[in-house]
Amino acid sequence: MKMTELANVAPETASSLTPRPAPRRIRRQSLFAPALLRTALKQAFVMMRPDIQWANPVMFVVEVGAVLTLLFVIQAAAGRSSSQVPVSYFVALDFWLFVTVLFANFATALAEARGKAQADSLKQTRRETPAFRLRGKDIIEEVLSSDLKPGDRVIVSAGQIIPRDGEVVEGIAAVDESAITGESAAVIREANSDHSGVTGGTRVLSDRIVVRITAASGESFLDRMIGLVEGAVRQRTPNEIALTLVLSALTLIFLIVVVPLWPMAYNAEQYMASYLGVPDSLHSLGTDVPTLVALLVCLIPTTIGALLAAIGIAGMDRALQANIIAKSGRAIETAGDIDTVLLDKTGTITIGNRHATDFIPVGQSSIDELRRLAALSSLADETPEGKSIVRAFEEQQRNREPMNIPSGARFVPFTAQTRMSGIDLPSGVQVRKGAPDAVLKFITTQGASAPADLNRVVETVAAKGATPLAVAQGATILGVVVLEDILKAGTSERLERLRKAGVRTVMITGDNSLTAATIAKQAGVDAFVAEATPESKLAYIRQEQREGKLVAMVGDGTNDAPALAQADVGLAMNSGTQAAKEAGNMVDLDSNPTKLIEVVEIGKQLLMTRGSLTTFSVANDVAKYFAIIPALFASTLPWLRPMDIMHLHSPTSAILSAVIFNALIIPALIPVALKGVRYQPLGADALLRRNLLVWGLGGVIVPFIGIKLIDVVMVGLGLAS
Amino acid sequence: MWLLPIALMATATVIAIPLSRYAAWIMEGQYRPPRLLAWFEKRLDNGAQTWKQYAGALLIFNTVLFIYGFVVLAAQPWMPLNPQHKGMLAPTVIFNSVASFMTNTNLQHYAGEVHLSNYSQIFFVIYNQFVSAAVGFCALVAIIRAFRGEKLVGNFFLDMWRVVMYMFVPAALISGVLFIQQGMPMTYHSSYQVSTLEPAAMGVTDNGQAKPQTIVVGPVAAVVPIKMLGTNGGGFYGMNSAHPLENPSAWTNFLTTLDMMIFPFTLVLLYGRMLKRRRHSWVIFSVMALLMIGTIVWAIYFDTLKPNPGLTAHPTARSFEIPNPSAPGGKRTFTVPAVAGLPVDQHLGNLEGKEMRFGISAGATFAAVTVDVTCGAVNCEHDSLNPIAALSPMTGMWLNCVYGGKGVGMINLLLFLIVGVFLAGQMVGRTPEYLGKKVGAREMKLAMIALLVHPIMILGPTGLFAATTWGTKAINNPGAHGFSEMLYQFSSSSANNGSAFDGLAVTTGFADNPNPPPTGKQWDIATGLVMLLSRYLPIIAPIAMAASLGYKKPTPFGLGTLRDDTPTFGCLLFGTIVIVGALLFLPVAALGPLAEHLGPIPFGG
Repeated sequence: MKMTELANVAPETASSLTPRPAPRRIRRQSLFAPALLRTALKQAFVMMRPDIQWANPVMFVVEVGAVLTLLFVIQAAAGRSSSQVPVSYFVALDFWLFVTVLFANFATALAEARGKAQADSLKQTRRETPAFRLRGKDIIEEVLSSDLKPGDRVIVSAGQIIPRDGEVVEGIAAVDESAITGESAAVIREANSDHSGVTGGTRVLSDRIVVRITAASGESFLDRMIGLVEGAVRQRTPNEIALTLVLSALTLIFLIVVVPLWPMAYNAEQYMASYLGVPDSLHSLGTDVPTLVALLVCLIPTTIGALLAAIGIAGMDRALQANIIAKSGRAIETAGDIDTVLLDKTGTITIGNRHATDFIPVGQSSIDELRRLAALSSLADETPEGKSIVRAFEEQQRNREPMNIPSGARFVPFTAQTRMSGIDLPSGVQVRKGAPDAVLKFITTQGASAPADLNRVVETVAAKGATPLAVAQGATILGVVVLEDILKAGTSERLERLRKAGVRTVMITGDNSLTAATIAKQAGVDAFVAEATPESKLAYIRQEQREGKLVAMVGDGTNDAPALAQADVGLAMNSGTQAAKEAGNMVDLDSNPTKLIEVVEIGKQLLMTRGSLTTFSVANDVAKYFAIIPALFASTLPWLRPMDIMHLHSPTSAILSAVIFNALIIPALIPVALKGVRYQPLGADALLRRNLLVWGLGGVIVPFIGIKLIDVVMVGLGLAS
Repeated sequence: MWLLPIALMATATVIAIPLSRYAAWIMEGQYRPPRLLAWFEKRLDNGAQTWKQYAGALLIFNTVLFIYGFVVLAAQPWMPLNPQHKGMLAPTVIFNSVASFMTNTNLQHYAGEVHLSNYSQIFFVIYNQFVSAAVGFCALVAIIRAFRGEKLVGNFFLDMWRVVMYMFVPAALISGVLFIQQGMPMTYHSSYQVSTLEPAAMGVTDNGQAKPQTIVVGPVAAVVPIKMLGTNGGGFYGMNSAHPLENPSAWTNFLTTLDMMIFPFTLVLLYGRMLKRRRHSWVIFSVMALLMIGTIVWAIYFDTLKPNPGLTAHPTARSFEIPNPSAPGGKRTFTVPAVAGLPVDQHLGNLEGKEMRFGISAGATFAAVTVDVTCGAVNCEHDSLNPIAALSPMTGMWLNCVYGGKGVGMINLLLFLIVGVFLAGQMVGRTPEYLGKKVGAREMKLAMIALLVHPIMILGPTGLFAATTWGTKAINNPGAHGFSEMLYQFSSSSANNGSAFDGLAVTTGFADNPNPPPTGKQWDIATGLVMLLSRYLPIIAPIAMAASLGYKKPTPFGLGTLRDDTPTFGCLLFGTIVIVGALLFLPVAALGPLAEHLGPIPFGG
């Protein structure tokens, strides 16, 4: 480990220096804010248009059924119906069929409205701003932000808004990105670093930077994000397409079940008439078209059909609430399938910097002397390592008196040439700390030699994965400061969570394999790649993918771009370079690498919600059969009554109860669709057992109770005939 | 009573284990054929085929089989081995029989001893039973190879040869010898004239002489083994396995039942063996075993332990109220009178239509097993089963994957499995996977197409025939029982089962039949079409699905992967089959068996 790496602390967001619990989310809205409900309700009616409904085959069938029933209502109202049932039954039935369609539209509209509300708050940052374009070397002209083209260079000074997405090409500045991240702490953006990316709409707080515009008008991240949440560019994901196909096929299957019931019921009517010897023909609900429509609507998977779009939109929405912009819904879905995640050691597993944990004297020096001088040399050192040495000194010394810089002392900053820093005391004594080889060089130029045990100590420290820092006073090496990587709080738990979810974690680090192995063991990652270069990262991803695995990784530098593009899920940091952001398929606005873990869980939650609600929807049908079949044949096969295990009031109330239940279950499950089924990393088997019990068995039982309840209420209200 | 089904299940399982090993050895081509056969095999093998070529070869083979069958049956009057000068079958019967035997259904709209000569029995019945049974077997093997990711799924003709030559022929030879020993006829004679023990049992001639009895014989012991082993079910005699010459003793009854079980049992284990996922195949095996035990127990309980409701007293009258718009109050009440029981001792359950030679539970057991494995041979009259007991054979045909026919049963199960995996896979938070391959839209499309065919082909025609005179004129019994008869016939055709509920007037027989059943032609054509449509689409679509899935890149197994070899997976599979099956067929089950069971006795008598 070289000292250069130690000192070259990348500018990071101020807040990420200290571990923080969970990212703050300021844009979370209550699920049913009244304003959203109103918008959604209005939209639900608009979406009744057949051309819009057509996109959802299941609900389209319901709508066609509702219109068909309407024709029968009109026929009955005109007194031309040959049916035995009162017209009020038809009206109630048709009403609830239309309500079913409305509920489905409402679910989708609500999810979209929530997305739009978020988009609106984002749009405020997209307003027109004046920009100062650089022409040639130093001519500045003021233009509107919308007139900027990619490649233009603009000057942004403190207090001004960055007009469009771009890259800092000159200068360094603190930028307030709270408009897009919700994080109030400022971040540093610097030219020619891995943190050169800036986002339009954010405000420069200090200094003056030159930004090269990279996005065309309307194509910035913000625009893309707004488009995504508004559902304008929402494309169906592969899994969603497959599920839609299955739902359509199920609809077709139930159509096949219901249509032949008409002739079969007719057969029963014919026979019953001859059995009773009645001259007039018998009619049962089994040959009543609106009732068969009701049966079909109850059987086809309307619950999931209604909520499918909402689930997908809500998945994007959850990602956005975590301040992640996914460039497509597919990326989120893929996240759920991730087999391997590549995590950068620094910033993800360990907090960015090493901390002094121990002082080991060598030769004749005492530990107190070593501690004191190490701290003294670090007093003016603003690097995290330097600060941690002072802190360690203060914690470990007995009398705890504060240390002051002696007046007249001169601080010697770190340079790449010396690879040391320190202090020149007024007495002329030079105190230096730095990489052992650099300090060794420092004393040998003064004609001294190192204590015999220095080598051994340095090696032991390195062997346990820590970094040794030698401290010299004049020509004497006093000892070694042990700098250790500190794991982020909660890292082990999060990694354990990933492991239980079946995701393999791989730590990527530039450290040598000895250090890497130690940290890997401490943190509990499954594997590590030491002395990693961008090339070796890419090679590792390809290797994993050859084995059929899906790989996710985080990156921010331009040299990460190939790996980000190669990975199945590439989460780019918003602070990163434009190239990295282009290469990844997600951008984290908080620039927090641990987000990858959340991304995986959001993906899993999305798929789980779909699977669970589909299972629930299909399992519901069992109970509906028990309500409807005896009702269909009440007048031709009255002895089927024992099948009516719910003891419903009458045939018509049985059918209405089933239809009403079928409609009401949609809004009842909207919260589940929007929030998602809770994901717990239990392992696939336990998770399956749990969800099968809750959604499968629950799906069989719940409608029995629900239908009976609705029937009782209808009777209580005197609505059942 | 329970000893028979338990012994059957246990024996079949024990035989299936080594047999699956042998079958894998043969199908993987690891054997070294004897010289003569090797020479023939080399000529037959025209190279490994892609799944499309394989499916194409399968279809071409069946087309040839169709033409061949037509020619053979139509030529019966002019062919040898026909001393009784049996004439030409009606054209629709020929169509029906050809479709029936090439699809491994073996629904018989004729009676073997009356309408077929020994020539037809040998060249049509025996030949078809060997090859049609091998088609499903080959299809499954092709699916397995596709699942393994092999671009070339083998050679259809070579597979066919291996199945017939190295599996069916030896097994049939062994069974046949055992059957002959038990008294099954094996001869080129076509009939014997015998004088009956009881004088004039067959009536007397005009001059007062006692008429002799004509006993039809033939190569029965050649037909029966492959009829059972190939789960064909096309019997030599119209009475099928209830005929004393087709099933001479309780011992042959055990053997025939066992024969139809062993290959379907074996193929499930073969699936696991060839895919190197034996635990997975045992989970599937257990689910199937559970379902089979369920159908057997249901049949025995409701048929052997419960009296026939038609013979039992119903001491109280029951009143029912049904709506009637023209009557005052809109209600019409009618009463079903109390019925006295018939003087029949029913402590042994329902004995109507049973062969008591085999024991009291043999009929119910056979009925359940024969439909589960889509054999279709019968040793009792299914028409006479207690109404609710008849639900057991119907369920077997509706699910069509309780072991199922050779190959096709396992293929049908794969369809349910894919649907289950698709839902459950998402429930563990991953894109669904099967065998480590991601299940996408294309696979689901193909699976759903194959799954759709079965309910369409059962419910559609049943509805059509129920509402028209095509059906109502053919049924023996009106009402719910008649409905069951029609439902059963189409279920049997669509499941490629071939067993008959009976009670339908569908046996037209010869072309010159002076009194053909009124709607025999319609039934011949409808069931023939159903058999053809329900056979090939559900075979080809799954092969395409397996190819589409198998050629995907496998994903490694992890903690987050849905395991397919656990009891949880078994429950999932069981639940999927039962719920999907129930959703598809509960309405017709209510209209047929349930309505009959719950209804008044004269109703649907």
